[in-house]
Amino acid sequence: MSRVFMKGCEAIAEAAVRAGCRFFAGYPITPQNEIPEYFARRMPEVSGNFVQGESEVASVNMVYGAASAGVRSMTSSSSPGIALKSEGISYCASARIPMVYVNVSRGGPGVGSIQPAQMDYFQATKASGNGGFQMLVFAPASVQEAVDMTYQAFDYADRDRNPVLILADGVIGTMMEPVVLPEMKTDEEIASIKESKKSWSCIGHSLDLANRSWIQPGHWKTSDMQVANEEAAALYTSWEKEAQAEEYLIEDAEVVITAYGISARIAKAAVDLLRKEGIKVGLIRAITVQPFPYNAFDHIDYNKVKAILDVEMSIPAQFVTDVETGVKGRCPIETCLCSGGNIISREAVMEAIRKMVSK
Amino acid sequence: METNLCVAGFGGQGVMTLGKFLASATCDSTNKNVTFFPSYGAEQRGGTANCFVVISDETIGAPLGDVMDDLVIMNGPSLQKFLPTLKQGGTLFINSSIVTDEIERSDVKIVKAPVTELALELGNAKVLNVIMLGAYVGYTNVIDPEIVWSTIEHKLKNKPKLLPLNKLAFERGLLIGQSQR
Repeated sequence: MSRVFMKGCEAIAEAAVRAGCRFFAGYPITPQNEIPEYFARRMPEVSGNFVQGESEVASVNMVYGAASAGVRSMTSSSSPGIALKSEGISYCASARIPMVYVNVSRGGPGVGSIQPAQMDYFQATKASGNGGFQMLVFAPASVQEAVDMTYQAFDYADRDRNPVLILADGVIGTMMEPVVLPEMKTDEEIASIKESKKSWSCIGHSLDLANRSWIQPGHWKTSDMQVANEEAAALYTSWEKEAQAEEYLIEDAEVVITAYGISARIAKAAVDLLRKEGIKVGLIRAITVQPFPYNAFDHIDYNKVKAILDVEMSIPAQFVTDVETGVKGRCPIETCLCSGGNIISREAVMEAIRKMVSK
Repeated sequence: METNLCVAGFGGQGVMTLGKFLASATCDSTNKNVTFFPSYGAEQRGGTANCFVVISDETIGAPLGDVMDDLVIMNGPSLQKFLPTLKQGGTLFINSSIVTDEIERSDVKIVKAPVTELALELGNAKVLNVIMLGAYVGYTNVIDPEIVWSTIEHKLKNKPKLLPLNKLAFERGLLIGQSQR
């Protein structure tokens, strides 16, 4: 397959189309506008539907509706917009509706800034809405990874009947890179995916009041609600083995950097340069941030490692709390942070490491 | 080998387009890794706009480096902001029509191209970025000019009327770049 030069947002949208996504609703916000823009042009070509909703809340609920009808559906937004969508996402989680959404995150809190940031970590992994539901959350570090994760996200969503989140950032969303796009699913494949959801989805059953499909984001009877929550909790527990991390040069490392998304990619470049200086440094990159790859931190040789450096584009640090859980006090953890729309500097990471090893 | 380029100017000067043409041409014609990263404020025109292009034989870490190998400066404020990021021995490409400030560094190479004036001479102020792209490619030879031109041709395929003017602009830039090598 030949590579094409695409902007992250556009590549994400094309990957979704190729995965069989045939409904997208969204509302404009920087830096993810190229996702709805791309869908607006592309959906009519594949007989799909694009709607620019009147708001974030409207568009996420349109996705709730379309996905309830068995169609692979998606929405996207950026930080404050994702906050507004949290109601609909929670409803999808409660009703066990498969949908995919993308957060091309920017500075926060509040309206924050339109530049890239990683300030939505807790929101993405701990509380994406009310009610304590959980989702698989993928954190791409390149446009290619954003494409591959988006493509697979629809399979995961359907398998689990649960929302899946792609936690990107403004760098991944707005940068252009060569990518190899996945295969386009055929109309037959898309029809059979829809058919496979017939047991629960509202796809036009003949009039049969006893056996009609019924989608509801909650239960009137407390006993039913508890059963639903127990089933969901069992699903969340089953994900433990699906946690993914990249472990890079950690065997002999004196300092291990840990990060996710764009920060991890920049930190990895710092690792390569520091290795050339003779500094033994490695990297643990979380590829899934939910479930979190706690086990990766058991692969560190704590007899050799002096400390761990948490690198993230968030002040205060958020990702570090999961790192602490993984490290279990076996060595000190320091941070190298930036925020507000500033992008982590490779030089700053290198300087932090040099300081740590010279101590 | 990794080349970090920053292109900076006012919104509306075609700064992003310049970077995108170069990066696309690299993707289309080589096996190198390449990234294009735009940076701008909320304004469409008049605000500062800059973009970063990284071309590398290895995997690219940061799509925007701390230190630039080459710098293309289209306006005065960008010179103040980005000149300190240019490495020693790096090359500064400057729109000498409007950037008249003294360059306060003697450890960098300077390529002057009066692209605003030249674009007006050609009859369309908008082609200043294509002239500058020509100057950059002509001077650095980072990629075959033919390939860059075919990328421009492809990007403008829906606006064939604009091709002759852009061809002239690109060739004018190439000459400027080549003559200052």
